[in-house]
Amino acid sequence: MKVLVPVKRVIDYNVKPRVKPDQTGVDLANVKMSMNPFCEIAVEEAVRLKEKGIVTEIVVVSIGVAQAQETLRTALAMGADRGILITAEGDVEPLAVAKILKAVADEEQPGLILLGKQAIDNDNNQTGQMLAALLDWPQGTFASEVVVEDGKVNVTREIDGGLQTVALEGPAVVTTDLRLNEPRYASLPNIMKAKKKPIDTKEAASFGVDISPRLTVLKVTEPAEREAGEKVEDVATLVSKLKAAGAL
Amino acid sequence: MAVLVIADHNNASLNDATNKTVTAAKTFGEIDVLVAGEGAGAVAEAAAKIDGVRKVLHADGAPYKTQLAEAMEALVTPLMANYDAVFAPATTTGKNIAPRIAAKLDVMQLSDITAVVDTDTFERPIYAGNAIQTVKSSDAKKVVTVRSTAFEAAADTGSASVETIDAAAGPFKSSFVSEDLSVSDRPELTSAKRIVSGGRALGSEEDFEKYMFPLADKLGAAVGASRAAVDAGYAPNDYQVGQTGKVVAPELYIAVGISGAIQHLAGMKDSKIIVAINKDEEAPIFQIADYGLVADLFSAVPELTDAV
Repeated sequence: MKVLVPVKRVIDYNVKPRVKPDQTGVDLANVKMSMNPFCEIAVEEAVRLKEKGIVTEIVVVSIGVAQAQETLRTALAMGADRGILITAEGDVEPLAVAKILKAVADEEQPGLILLGKQAIDNDNNQTGQMLAALLDWPQGTFASEVVVEDGKVNVTREIDGGLQTVALEGPAVVTTDLRLNEPRYASLPNIMKAKKKPIDTKEAASFGVDISPRLTVLKVTEPAEREAGEKVEDVATLVSKLKAAGAL
Repeated sequence: MAVLVIADHNNASLNDATNKTVTAAKTFGEIDVLVAGEGAGAVAEAAAKIDGVRKVLHADGAPYKTQLAEAMEALVTPLMANYDAVFAPATTTGKNIAPRIAAKLDVMQLSDITAVVDTDTFERPIYAGNAIQTVKSSDAKKVVTVRSTAFEAAADTGSASVETIDAAAGPFKSSFVSEDLSVSDRPELTSAKRIVSGGRALGSEEDFEKYMFPLADKLGAAVGASRAAVDAGYAPNDYQVGQTGKVVAPELYIAVGISGAIQHLAGMKDSKIIVAINKDEEAPIFQIADYGLVADLFSAVPELTDAV
């Protein structure tokens, strides 16, 4: 079975984002960028399925600026077989990403598409579900366990009250939650080998998908600052302060 | 204008996030609530009491027992001919269903909104709550998920009618296998007024329970955890508060042995009063805590438990 893994280049999760003074967005100039953490988990899961002999080929795809190629190289170094870079300027919304990915899926015919549950920049949590809808495939979101057997994908999902297991008739779309696995670090030899693996570059426009945004960002602002608090010296003082504030 | 609100429930009781979503949807005019479930008649009756609701649409059928996305989308999408917008609480169920509906309607979804400016314009947090984005949608129909902690719950003083509607015909390509729900007598995390939350510094599952549970019970609080505590196995994963876990905004949030990584702060920094107990006085949690106590939690927490 072939697996398709979409990956996104985002601000590194350790960086504290700064809002631009003109309120047009978050300042990404000279900021460290990395693969979205949930996408790393998706790549890792694909590689593990390949190591188990269930998956024969892993295709990674990224949509965005030319530098997204680095993100694809990281995935190739983790064990993916080949990459597809789809270039587009600006922020491409989940609906447009899902439409482009549908076109890629129609071409590649994967048995499974693995995505992260959300990107840590826009925090949308939409692309996987939208892609499943456009393909008319079943979806297994927020996966903490994925078992592929007899043409079915059994997905254990993290839901608000605990865990839920669903059975999906393949092909299926699965989105990864944090606890699905711990992604491996790419070794230096694998990073070198990844440089030789093929990456196909295409333009978003070549898919005939309208990627113009449906949402206009009017402004981006800092969240309300919390007023500076105080340190208390002992538990008794803490309790009396909390009582005075009406919290106890 | 009319808006459809998708009720969040477990077939026996209505999740209070539904009342909050009704409040968020008010700008859209007439509000109907969809209760899709199996044997969820009592939930439909409860939804009919939410103040401001015009009517409740009740669909009963086996595929709705756990509100699987495929079955819910097949039910809701045709109904959207009658509505300008669909709102769902940003619970795991709402987040699972809504984007599937949005794609079928060919519209962009507005996720996890914290304010409604007008029927086209919404505020939502991005970058783990480090920025607030105001966005205007050009789509004819709006698909919206609502961050319930940002809205007050609508009161239960209404008396709408309940109308039974047909379930969508299957079969669907996904089916429910099993579930494993955490059993807890404590308040539900996302709607709790008080939360005590433990981090990696608790050191073990035994100590997590030994130190956090008595304090929680004394305060009538829900118990939360940082990702580090969950990953280390000290607490189940549905306790996790943060960007990738639950977003909470209680009256009182007591962070015990939690350093305060930005992913954790994203889930709790709208709490009214934040207390931090940590032995590292440089821990980032102290920058947002109203009251900070630099102390060893193993002595401070029992002392606090005795004092409240």
